Amino acid sequence: MSELLSVARVAKSFRGLKAVADVSFGVPPGAIVALIGPNGAGKTTCFNLIAGVFAPDTGSILFSGSPIHGKRPDQVCAAGIGRTFQLVKPFAGLSVLDNVIVGALERAPGVSAARRRAAEIVEKLGLGAKSDLPASALTLPDRKRLEVARALATQPQLLLLDEVMAGLRPTECDQMVEVFRALNREQGLTILLIEHVMRAVMALAQTIVVLHHGEVIARGAPGEVVRDAAVLECYLGEEVEV
Amino acid sequence: MNRRALVLGALLAAFLLALPAFAGSYLLSVATLILFFAYAGQAWNVMMGFAGQLSLGHSLYVGVGAYAAGGLFFHYGVGPWAGIWLAIALCVALGVVIGFLAFRFGISGVYFALLTIAFAEFTRIGFDHIRWLGGPGGLFLKVSQRETWDLLDLRGTPEMFYYVMLALAAAAFALCAWLLRSRAGYYWQAIREDEEAAQALGIHTFRWKMLAVVISSAMTAIAGVFFAFYYNNLFPEQIFHISRSIEIILGPIIGGLGTLFGPILGAAVLTILADGITEILAALGWEFPGVKQVFYGLVLLLVIMFLPHGIWPVLARRLGLAR
Repeated sequence: MSELLSVARVAKSFRGLKAVADVSFGVPPGAIVALIGPNGAGKTTCFNLIAGVFAPDTGSILFSGSPIHGKRPDQVCAAGIGRTFQLVKPFAGLSVLDNVIVGALERAPGVSAARRRAAEIVEKLGLGAKSDLPASALTLPDRKRLEVARALATQPQLLLLDEVMAGLRPTECDQMVEVFRALNREQGLTILLIEHVMRAVMALAQTIVVLHHGEVIARGAPGEVVRDAAVLECYLGEEVEV
Repeated sequence: MNRRALVLGALLAAFLLALPAFAGSYLLSVATLILFFAYAGQAWNVMMGFAGQLSLGHSLYVGVGAYAAGGLFFHYGVGPWAGIWLAIALCVALGVVIGFLAFRFGISGVYFALLTIAFAEFTRIGFDHIRWLGGPGGLFLKVSQRETWDLLDLRGTPEMFYYVMLALAAAAFALCAWLLRSRAGYYWQAIREDEEAAQALGIHTFRWKMLAVVISSAMTAIAGVFFAFYYNNLFPEQIFHISRSIEIILGPIIGGLGTLFGPILGAAVLTILADGITEILAALGWEFPGVKQVFYGLVLLLVIMFLPHGIWPVLARRLGLAR
């Protein structure tokens, strides 16, 4: 078992509706894997199963070889998985820096150590000039950055990114891609991302897993997946220019 | 903390310490009442202002704290400083039960508030039937007029009660200031702002919400003990009544929820204005029962409409203490 994260035959229904049906995939350590698919394919449900928001009905999720399915979100975070939310959830009344301090406290021995760590991350994500502003004053792209900063502050081995590129301009998107590439290259951070912005997916992912109706319909290197007939049919619609 | 804040803080402390020297007995009783509400408001603020858990039943802890220490004193002559531990233990136990029921079974927001009201009401009705504590007829502690301070038995002059309450309010302020800057403060505020996001950042929200309830109920128990020895008479109908819970929470809401000075400022504004209005009306020969409640309602309405974050944040900016 060489995978950092291994999702095996996981299923989850909500009142009889199968959101995720028998999904299996793995994320090797140091990899960047993208989870794509049309709306309602079960991508966010997959994330929530991994992050501990829901327990899967069947199947198992292993992280570093230990089962994490059925654990609480805070336990999953403690195990080394950080996540962002598709609908951003800033602590609106707190400053940008304080938002990130909350995340940094997960591994820091105290508030002052967490503050130093948080300041570095805020700087890295380009929010340095705004660190004293309340999070409620941020624009949507900045809120997305804050989501990432806060998750990174918990010092995860695996980062789950839920549509962090949505709403960003192409140049902002490219900057964000650069941040993730650098984290992946320099710190060996493993990333699993849900993304609709194919520009980011193609730039980042080494492997793409395609979900449709709660099932995996294709997986492989980006170049292959975007030419897969089934994927074109249900999601991409036409061949994308790469 | 800038120099201006230090100077203003020192002035306030000096004023409060010197107050009994020039204040008459009426003014001193008003000041003691203000400090009482500042203290109780500070305790409530830990739960709602910091951790975002709305309790509308804090009279429960005031009452149980008061009856625990009062009962021990009445029957066995046990002094308040021993009784305070029983008061704290009982209130924390009640808080833990309420917190467990709510947080374990996902009761939050308005439903949590209803649960806290229910517990206070049940307890009120229950105490009506405890003959040992006087039942609905009330429990009366022996009053002895003393010219000297007996801190051990909490018997003495109004000045002594004023200074005891001042010390309690100052201690509560210091404790809350420290808590707010600690890990607990950060975690509570995160839970208050977005519980799901807090969990995703590794916060065991159940545990930290419980801690807020434990600290808040223990602090409020001490307010109850003071209440018992200051007023010397306890009636379930009064002490557990929801209007007492409301009185406790109005200060922090009007002063500024989640702020350190909000509860103090709110208690001062409300008590001074409410008592002032009652006095003025009485002087004019008009007596309206319930005028205080109508006044509370009006102030609350105005503050919510024009200063939704309370008076303190605006005042702090005016005084140059915050941006």
